[in-house]
Amino acid sequence: MYRKVLVIGSGPIIIGQAAEFDYSGTQGCLALKEEGCEVVLVNNNPATIMTDHDVADVVYCEPLTVESVTKIIELEKPDALLAGLGGQTALNLAVELEKEGVLEKYDLELLGTSVHSIQQGEDRELFRGLMNELSQPVPESEVITTVSQAKAFADEVGYPIISRPAYTLGGRGGGIVHSEDELEELISTGLKASPIHQVIVEKSIAGFKEIEYEIMRDHNGTCISVCNMENFDPVGVHTGDSIVVAPSQTLSDVDYQMLRSAAFSIVSALNVIGGCNVQLALDPESRQYYVIEVNPRVSRSSALASKATGYPIAKMATKVALGYTLDQIENPLTGHTYASFEPALDYAIVKFPRWPFDKFSEADRKLGTKMRATGEVMAIDRTLEGAFQKAVQSLDTTIPVITDPWEHLKKPTDLRYFAILDLLRNGETVENIHKQTKIDLFFLQIMKNIIAMEGRLATEPLSDSLIQQAKVYGFLDAQIANLSGNSEKEVVEKRKSLNINRQFKVVDTCAAEFEAATNYVYSTFTGRNEIEALEGKKKALILGSGPIRIGQGVEFDYSAVKAIQSLQQQGWTTIMINNNPETVSTDYETADRLYFEPIQKEIVQSIVDFEKVDAVFTQFGGQTAINLAAELEAEGIPLAGVPTEVLDALEDRDKFYAALKTLGVPHVSGTTCHTKKEAWEAAETYAFPILCRPSYVIGGQGMVIVHNQQELTDALEETDDRHFPIVLDAFMQGTEVEVDLVADGDHVFLPEVIEHLEPGGVHSGDSMALFPSTLSSSMKDKISEYSKEIVSHFDYKGIMNIQFLLSDEEVYVLEVNPRASRTVPIVSKVANVPLIDLAVRVLIEDAELDLKNMEVPVIPKKAVKYPVFSSYAMTEIDHKLGPNMKSTGEGMCVAETVEKALRKVFSHLPNAHQNADTCFIDVESSSKKLSTHLSFEEWLTIDEASLYVNDQQSEEARHRRILAVKNGVTVFSELKTFEAYLQSLACEEMEPTPLPGNKREGVQLG
Amino acid sequence: MNGYLYLQNGKTFEGKASDSMMEGVQGEIVFFTGMTGYQEVLTDPSYKGQIVVFTYPLIGNYGINNEDGESQEIQVSGVVMYQCAEAPSHFQSTQSLGEYLDGQGIPYLTEVDTREVTKAIRSEGTRQAALTVHSSYSFQEPGTKQIYKVQGETAQTYGKGDFRVALIDFGWKKSILEALLERNMEVSVLPFSKLGSIDDLNPDAVVLSNGPGNPKDAVTILPQLKEVLDKYPAFGICMGHQVIALAYGADTTKLPFGHRGANHPVKDVVTGKVFLSSQNHNYVVKEGSLEGTSLQKRFYNVNDGSIEGLMHESKMIMSCQFHPEAHPGPKDAEWLFDDFIQLAKSKGGKAYVS
Repeated sequence: MYRKVLVIGSGPIIIGQAAEFDYSGTQGCLALKEEGCEVVLVNNNPATIMTDHDVADVVYCEPLTVESVTKIIELEKPDALLAGLGGQTALNLAVELEKEGVLEKYDLELLGTSVHSIQQGEDRELFRGLMNELSQPVPESEVITTVSQAKAFADEVGYPIISRPAYTLGGRGGGIVHSEDELEELISTGLKASPIHQVIVEKSIAGFKEIEYEIMRDHNGTCISVCNMENFDPVGVHTGDSIVVAPSQTLSDVDYQMLRSAAFSIVSALNVIGGCNVQLALDPESRQYYVIEVNPRVSRSSALASKATGYPIAKMATKVALGYTLDQIENPLTGHTYASFEPALDYAIVKFPRWPFDKFSEADRKLGTKMRATGEVMAIDRTLEGAFQKAVQSLDTTIPVITDPWEHLKKPTDLRYFAILDLLRNGETVENIHKQTKIDLFFLQIMKNIIAMEGRLATEPLSDSLIQQAKVYGFLDAQIANLSGNSEKEVVEKRKSLNINRQFKVVDTCAAEFEAATNYVYSTFTGRNEIEALEGKKKALILGSGPIRIGQGVEFDYSAVKAIQSLQQQGWTTIMINNNPETVSTDYETADRLYFEPIQKEIVQSIVDFEKVDAVFTQFGGQTAINLAAELEAEGIPLAGVPTEVLDALEDRDKFYAALKTLGVPHVSGTTCHTKKEAWEAAETYAFPILCRPSYVIGGQGMVIVHNQQELTDALEETDDRHFPIVLDAFMQGTEVEVDLVADGDHVFLPEVIEHLEPGGVHSGDSMALFPSTLSSSMKDKISEYSKEIVSHFDYKGIMNIQFLLSDEEVYVLEVNPRASRTVPIVSKVANVPLIDLAVRVLIEDAELDLKNMEVPVIPKKAVKYPVFSSYAMTEIDHKLGPNMKSTGEGMCVAETVEKALRKVFSHLPNAHQNADTCFIDVESSSKKLSTHLSFEEWLTIDEASLYVNDQQSEEARHRRILAVKNGVTVFSELKTFEAYLQSLACEEMEPTPLPGNKREGVQLG
Repeated sequence: MNGYLYLQNGKTFEGKASDSMMEGVQGEIVFFTGMTGYQEVLTDPSYKGQIVVFTYPLIGNYGINNEDGESQEIQVSGVVMYQCAEAPSHFQSTQSLGEYLDGQGIPYLTEVDTREVTKAIRSEGTRQAALTVHSSYSFQEPGTKQIYKVQGETAQTYGKGDFRVALIDFGWKKSILEALLERNMEVSVLPFSKLGSIDDLNPDAVVLSNGPGNPKDAVTILPQLKEVLDKYPAFGICMGHQVIALAYGADTTKLPFGHRGANHPVKDVVTGKVFLSSQNHNYVVKEGSLEGTSLQKRFYNVNDGSIEGLMHESKMIMSCQFHPEAHPGPKDAEWLFDDFIQLAKSKGGKAYVS
């Protein structure tokens, strides 16, 4: 067995690579430890659970590059490398390490699938060769390295053609070329996106059924199919952007087995050891199928398959990589059968993507071969109608009014599902919709059933059977009330009097064939309850944060999971509710019981009633959880933490400012405006620029800085009525800082201040940040003092985040978040303090906790947090930093000094001092001499072009930034960021620095 | 209309009755955990007389077609499911599952909590059950000797080839025939009760088919069968496997609730490989009973360790409890047909590999 294993994580969350790799990575690390291995983890995503103290033995938040990982290998001398759990990032890195001879030099064995197999699976040309050998059909295609080769191919097979760059994730740089005019741009972007400058152009098979198989294989050659999945959206929409059902619904057994056998033959030929995803396309009118691609690693789909079936793919893949065979590993859900079987489902699964278009109103909503969703939700029920409805209820978003539904069908957009519902509502036939979309009639019929039920609820009296059927179809009481013209209370009472109650069933991998001690639960109205309330003196229900989206990422899953662990340590029985299949919180091994459900009042209430929950925890599931607090409290549900009137007093700007005034705590001046008219009037009392912020949003959605009357008018026009009141704040120049603290009403534990690099006005989630801060101790004292005053005034208990603006030596309060924030994992890990644990212990009134006498930690290392933008997926968006958050994830590097940490942050960029053509600086700056002498257009075409600096607001600036992003150039839209980059260049060497608090603390390396 | 599923000496479940469910129908209740393949299950003669519960809740999605039936007609006596799709969608579909069942007068119950039914079968064992619209049901003595009901009447020959196989019919599935025809065999299907005329067919090898019920229903033909087995290379599938065991002196026993589905892992003792298999059986060969016989264990079930296949120490005889012909289920064991043909063609070979 291996003694010491290096695990590579997937890095910051970007579109195409999200929290699913935290789930798989965490499972993998824990499985390694279970087998007695020492685990060294490199992952520069600080928000993850896998980078927490108690998952790996040592954690390096270091760049995921050959250079940096080689240094870690040199230092740690591991004997094996596990790269199959860290997505495309880790897989590519493993291939590079092999190519550069690092694996050989340090005698490092790559666990699981070999580099040769990875290349055969990932390199389009090698893969195509293998498919030909196996007689597995692939769409007519050609590997090209120039635009003219692509044109020749298109001339031969006809348009449209698909462009798929090699070795990229989430279809990055790819797309559908509909005609010759689109060819040049798409193909050259694709070539640039591919690290090996290679694109496969492919004949389009749009309209085919898209089917995926998740396969496991061990070194003995045993192959199993954990799950197959069918895309609601036919081929043409990236599978990450498709609604997906599991198991497949419209495949006969012959179809199913034909594709399964094809997948097995491919996975066996590739000699995969571990997990592998195989995507296939099937003609809806014949048995003709094509192999689309394989991913010889765990993936987003494998996370989904794990949650859909209860079969923990990443854990099994790790054990298989260590040399176990599947028939040697127990199935953890049954405890007495083995991993060498195929799960049988007795429910249906619907996965629904979560897109960022609510934050990017200017984005093009069309979907194609390039993934654009940031996250996803999953729903379980015993009817598809129910599962579809639950999935939509889990999205935690409002569907915009659709004006021209057919437009969303002609070229698919994120709103296609809702446009189809609209059309059906207006009497359109499923046949016509099928003709336009090629979506299987079976799925359209499901949607039609939902609409028919809407109609019945609106017209028929609420009979026993009607309510029963509506509940089977997933309608919430509130929806039934709305449609039938009753109040929600009336519907609830009627339903309860008819004894129609939500029942709970379990996911057991085997459709009840074997007895299973499973704690993985879903609700349904299709049958009887089969679980008992959990035992336990004290029971906690922890609300999760739902799908990953901009502004609410994996960091909230971290909080929820840490809260569960803390509660368990305190002897509580823990119950999790969440609906994000990518996360650790929805791993059934995390809480004592998992309810995989929409986070909706009705459902939370039914769980609370059933389990007799003592307290619901709303502070650890982001805005999603805290937004539900008031509704839950109104139903008399016991909440842990402060009453919602305190939350309201903190979040209602008027009340909050009034309180600060009585406390003598300075704040920026602001006015709450309930109507557009009020806003115009209020604006007159301020000097522009003004910060305009809507209410009830995540990540500063819709928040803008307006510089004049016209911009204000535009901003108000764009604001939805739901987002009133709007707060107009005087916009002050200054430095933004924030703190995460734990309070017990009187005392405050505040480890350190986080200092933002970019000036105020840039959303905190989008700015680079230093931790610990460089503030003077008098400044820190002031921040601490104000924090204490706020806490004691509101008698606040639990965890809280406060944002401040520092201007002319004064400290102004900007806002308060009465919940765990985005920065909690960073503070917890770098300062090595268990913030969430402390907060939980406050909330459950742990008598042994003494916040008052807790020492402020000494932080030995400097951390720099930086935002990561998925600009490659949103190339039409100007990523100019501002109050509306745009980053999808964050990274962090740790070092002895800030400069050294910055060096790591910017290590992917070339040194502008060494190559005059690296930078194009489009603003007046003292560093202008570093800028290229080429014209902007010329510069964009050269390979050296890496860095574009422009912080202007003009249309021209916007246009150029977008062009730069399209060409794969890094854009700095704030001078401060650029200056930080220049500052980093002073450092030559990067030394790996482990996070504090690792298991070997105090032990000398070597 | 409401209908009921009564488990003998057990629970009652309510659901929506199909039009053809009037007086009621009785049969042994079994559950199938595969998520596809309902048409194959309904037409598989091994299910003769049984009431089948589908654990996957959405059945009938891709309708019924003209290709996937394992025999000419529906073999089961009744069906229990959660949902029976009214509007199926598949290019081969010619009718909906409901129409198909109604057309052959097979009663079915929908909107049943099939998971609860499955758990009842699991915990209390396979038993007689009844589907009826009445509020009570008095159970009859169950029918036995199902194999006599499903075997054909006369020998029939299919295909042309140099190698002749006699397929002994205990209730054969079409897919076994097709697996042999695909391998260029000339196949004569012979009802097991006409085993005496096998020499007339002059076969090069025999395949013993699947079939319903208790293998001991065939007890009267065992001496005759042993003579045939001593003479010809033989491959037994499911019931065929069980009767081979009985013929050579081993014993069979009933499982508490059988194996039915498409996900049963089987380990090959000879190669050490594990593969997934399609299964449908209530009875198994008792492992201890092999002692002193000329049969050896070749395959076993990874989950419960039960015997899944045998090989003869000195003769060209092999058998499997699962279904290498698939339909429904995985084709991972299809290679057994090739192995058998190779074995049968080898002069002086034997099945036993040490």
